[in-house]
Order: sequence, then structure tokens, then C-alpha cells
Amino acid sequence: MITSLSRRQQLSTEVGRLERMLEIRAVEESIQNLYNDGHVRGSTHLANGQEAVSVGIATVLRPSDVVTCTYRGHAAALALGVTPEGVLGEICGRVIGCSGGIGGSMHLMDASVGLMPTFAIVGAGLPVAAGVALAAKLKKNDSVALTIFGDGSTNIGAFHETLNMASIFKLPVIFVIENNLYGEYTRINLSTPISDLADRADSYAMRKEIVDGQDIDAVISSISAAVEFARAGNGPSLIEAKTYRYSGHSRSDPATYRLPGELDQWKQRDPLNIAAERLISKGAFSGSDLEKMKAEITLRVSHAIETVLASDGPSLDELLKHVQAGGK
Amino acid sequence: MTIMRTRQAVIQALSDELESDPTVFLMGEDIGSGGPFKATEGLIEQFGESRVIDTPISEMAFLGAGVGAAAMGMRPVVEMMFVEFIGVALDQLTTQGAFFRYLSRGAYQVPLTIRAAAGAGLGFGCQHSQMLDQWFRGNSGLSLVVPSNPQSMYGLLRSAIRSNDPVVVLEHKALYGERGEVITGEAGIIPIGQARVVTEGKDVTIVAIGSTVITAKSALESQNEWTADIIDLQTLIPWDRTTVINSVAKTGRLVVIEESSYSGGWGTEITSEAVSRLWGILKAPPHRITSPDAPIPYAQELEKRYLPSTDYVVSQINELIKTGKNPAPWWEGKN
Repeated sequence: MITSLSRRQQLSTEVGRLERMLEIRAVEESIQNLYNDGHVRGSTHLANGQEAVSVGIATVLRPSDVVTCTYRGHAAALALGVTPEGVLGEICGRVIGCSGGIGGSMHLMDASVGLMPTFAIVGAGLPVAAGVALAAKLKKNDSVALTIFGDGSTNIGAFHETLNMASIFKLPVIFVIENNLYGEYTRINLSTPISDLADRADSYAMRKEIVDGQDIDAVISSISAAVEFARAGNGPSLIEAKTYRYSGHSRSDPATYRLPGELDQWKQRDPLNIAAERLISKGAFSGSDLEKMKAEITLRVSHAIETVLASDGPSLDELLKHVQAGGK
Repeated sequence: MTIMRTRQAVIQALSDELESDPTVFLMGEDIGSGGPFKATEGLIEQFGESRVIDTPISEMAFLGAGVGAAAMGMRPVVEMMFVEFIGVALDQLTTQGAFFRYLSRGAYQVPLTIRAAAGAGLGFGCQHSQMLDQWFRGNSGLSLVVPSNPQSMYGLLRSAIRSNDPVVVLEHKALYGERGEVITGEAGIIPIGQARVVTEGKDVTIVAIGSTVITAKSALESQNEWTADIIDLQTLIPWDRTTVINSVAKTGRLVVIEESSYSGGWGTEITSEAVSRLWGILKAPPHRITSPDAPIPYAQELEKRYLPSTDYVVSQINELIKTGKNPAPWWEGKN
């Protein structure tokens, strides 16, 4: 039986990682059709173009480590192990969704692989990750917390307060900025006076690194070093992954604010292509293997959609469950 | 049974929980040195720096860290030196911590206690004197308790720490120095959601929390015209409907005493419930005695006037019983 945990283990090979990145892309590309057919409510925030960051992170962390992530969380959830049925089911508000259809696209979760309910408030996941790390430190185990957030979060108070506190407490937490150059609809140079956001670590005497977010191997090596550093009790790191999202901020954003040619330029460095070409160049994987893999994923996602659409929405009882411990 | 001050009851409750549960730890600003109200005095010496953690002045970071640590099985007790300081961290409590259980379908729970000094009367000015219970009412997923004496401080705080959901404890700063008898240990623990009937009478039910319980008692004792059921709600979220409604059904009159603005006060919910449930058997319209819609002034005479005083409560209740109509508040016609 396929579980989130067994899917997580598939990231132990290069082929498995490529497959997961392709799957994330395919799942996200299916959402627009689901929306057009009236199955998706509210908003969704795609991470296409950023897949290598999520899969790289999930490759390095143990399932017992904990991740807090923003509402741009489809990629992180799938990377960490949540099934396409779990993610698409949640986006469609069905009971088989990873949060039982109660959360929606912005609130994906799976405790079995360490994914806390994703956070729909910018910056909110950072203090919580610090608390997770504090708990690990107090319990004297070697778990780490990792928090994924966008460039926009680096201008919110929670970012600065948490980095400062994590540094003085030497907490085992890894802060990962997905710098995709836009905070919602606004280009970074209009909101932020520096271009290398990792430099903000300097104010907090924190270890920092800038990494090419389109290259999964670079991400893996950067995250590995930070995780090792944290597990050894040396404290937090701030990692800035330079990346790009191919879609607008949310579904309603056509991203007309992009610089001319910028999108095409980033697509030249597509993280899926980089990973596939590298794998093919090593000889053990061919172009036809890649085509076969893509076809399998297309089939898997369409099966997932069938399963999701055949699934019920949560029952009325669920509305009142889990409000407080004393509840039903 | 021991005689102690309310602030000592805080220390005793914290100490007893730290002693009995290794997952309990304290976090906040200056708690190692005891804080401005000496409500954590001596604990760092007794339990060490890993269980009594001094933080930077970063409420969002350490309140949120409380949420995260709680979700990982710890029982953090986070101190907000003054309740207003929660304002800069409100998201972490009301939007994150309070909804974590719901969003995770019970996979994560947040056994987090937030202690905050609240209330007026000591000349701390408008930014350090409010009750601010209105920030939490109507917010699913959390509870709120308001102790009124050393015993309820001890008993409610221990319940808060043992709760598997976030609980806000509003500690009235004017009560920290008050002395009273305290039963410690399991017998002294007061369940969340349970009101206490302080006195029993026949003419009126007076519902109060925190400092207004003291005002209600002194109002009752200073006259011979009427007798009252004084109910100390103890828990504001969720409040004990049964005890209040049963009492009002008996007395036929309800007066709520609130130390906060007239508009949006917690008493609106109590009076509304009483009217809805007891329509037709009430002898007088339910009445709220509150502070005016204004920030809390510093000057002593004005701050005293801001708070419902004993004399004011007596005159309001006298008039209510005599006329069967709601007496006007003292500020009517003045603004």
C-alpha cells in the first residue's frame, strides 16, 4: 500500500526525485481544469518552477523532522510524501484530502511525514518552527525543524524576531527562503532594499547560504549542510534558494508585472529539465525512460483526479469536530 | 491550607506543575528575575534556565514558539508581561495556535498557557491597564479564565496548564498583592468552565469576574436593602451558562459588573442569554454596570471613576430594584 511515508522513501534515488518533481508539476497543472469544472473554491498558489527546492528539502529531512510551510505548499506536501489524492482531494474539499477537506489548498498537512498544517498568514510558520526546534532541544533529541517561506516574508516582523531568537537560543531550525523575486504582485526591488536576502542572517550572527534553487543537487547539498549543523547542536541557518514561479501569485493573478522575457529566461533553467538532463547524461536513464515516466505520471494524476471526484465531501459532523479537546 | 498573596499563588501553581510534569516549561520576558509583579520569583533558581526561559522582547517569536513547542508535546506557559503585548503577537494565538487542532484534524494539539497581567487601578495608563478579553471572545479553539483571588489563581492556572488546548489566563494586576487562603494540590484545582457561587441571596444575581467580584462583594456588604447571588464566572470562555441561568431564574434580576468598555463587553452575551432563556419571568431588565467607552486615564481620580466603584454599583442596583428599569450610566449626557 502506498503511504506518505513509503512515498517519502522513493526520494532516496535520483530517479525517484526526478519523478517526484515531474509529478508535482503535473498535479499543479491539473488544478486549472479542476477549477474550470467547478471543483476548486477560493484561491490556489502554485509553485511551478520551484519544485527542486521542495524535493531537495524532503530528500534530506527525516520524516520525524518537522516542516512548516506557507500557503504555497502543494509542492512541499507532495515532496514530503503526501499523495496526489491527498493534495488534490484537499484542494477539491473532499474527505480523502490530506486535511479531510477542512483546510483547502492553503492548509495541507500530514503529521506522519512531519508536515504541520501549512500557514496562510505570511511569516506565521517561522515562530512555530522555532518552537518545534525548542521542543527538540528541551527533549534533547536530534530532530530539526525547517520552515519554508517566500521572499515577501523577510519583510515581516515574525521573520526578524524569530531569526534573532533562534540565533541566541541556538535552535535546530533551518530557515529556507524561496526567493522567487515577487512578493504577491510586487517585484522584490520595490519592496526590499537588498537583492541577496541571505544577507539578513548577518544581523543575527547566523550561518547563511545562497543556493541555486533550480538545481536539486545544489539544494540537497545546501540543506544537508544546514541540517547537519543543526543536529550537531550548532544552531540555525538561513538559506536563500534563488528560484522563480511560472504562475502568478494566486489563480486570479495573470502576472502581467513580469519583466519582458523574464519568464522565458527562467524556463531555460527549468529544474525538471536540469535534473532530467543530468540523469540522462550519466547514462543509466534515457530520453525514452523520461517519456515513459511522464506518461505514467499523467496516468497517475488522472487516476488521482478520478478518485478525488468520486470521493465525498466531509460530513456535517466534521464541522464541529476537533475544535477543542473537549469537543466531539 | 496556606495563606498567600495572589502572586504567590501563581508561583505555587507554576512550581507544582513544573514539579509534576517534565514537559511544562515557562517562557517570557524577565521571568527569571521574577518580572514586574514578582509572579515568577524564585522559579529559575529552583528549576533552572532550561525550564524558566528568558526571551528577547519579541512577543510574536516566543508566543509562536510556544505554539510550536506545544504542538510537539511540551506544555509551555508563556508570560505576556502585560496583556496589551499580545497585540503584537495575536496572529500566533488566535489564528495559528487556536486553529491547529482543527486544521490538523486532531493530529496536533496545542496545550499552551498564556498568562497575562491585565486590569486597571494601579496607574499604569491606557496601554498597560486593559482587560482585553474582547480580543479572544468569539475565537474558536481557545479558553479564557480570569482568577479573582489566590485560590482561583492557583486552581485555574493549574487547570490551564493541564488543558490540551490554548488557555489565556488574565491575571488582574490589582489582585496580585491580595491575600487569601489557598488549598494547594489536586484538591485546589478548579475546572475550566465552572462558575463559583460566592454568596446566595434572593433579590438579584450579580455576575462578575476578576476584580469586579471584589466590588460586588463590597457592594453587597455595604447595604441592607437587598441580598444577592454573587457569581464569580472564573472562566469567560466558555462561560457557565447553567449556573448563571439557574440563579437568574431564582432571583429574577441580573446585574453584570464589567471592568471594560460598555460597547462590546462580555456582559452583552450574559444579558442576551438571560433575556432569551428567561423572557417572561424576569422582574427587571438585565442590567450591565461597566466602564465608559473611553481609554483608561492615568490620573488617580479619573481612573477610579473609570472603574465601577462599590458606591456606584450599590446605587445602580438600588435603582434597578426600586424602579424595575435600567438606571442610566454615570456618563450619560456627559459626552
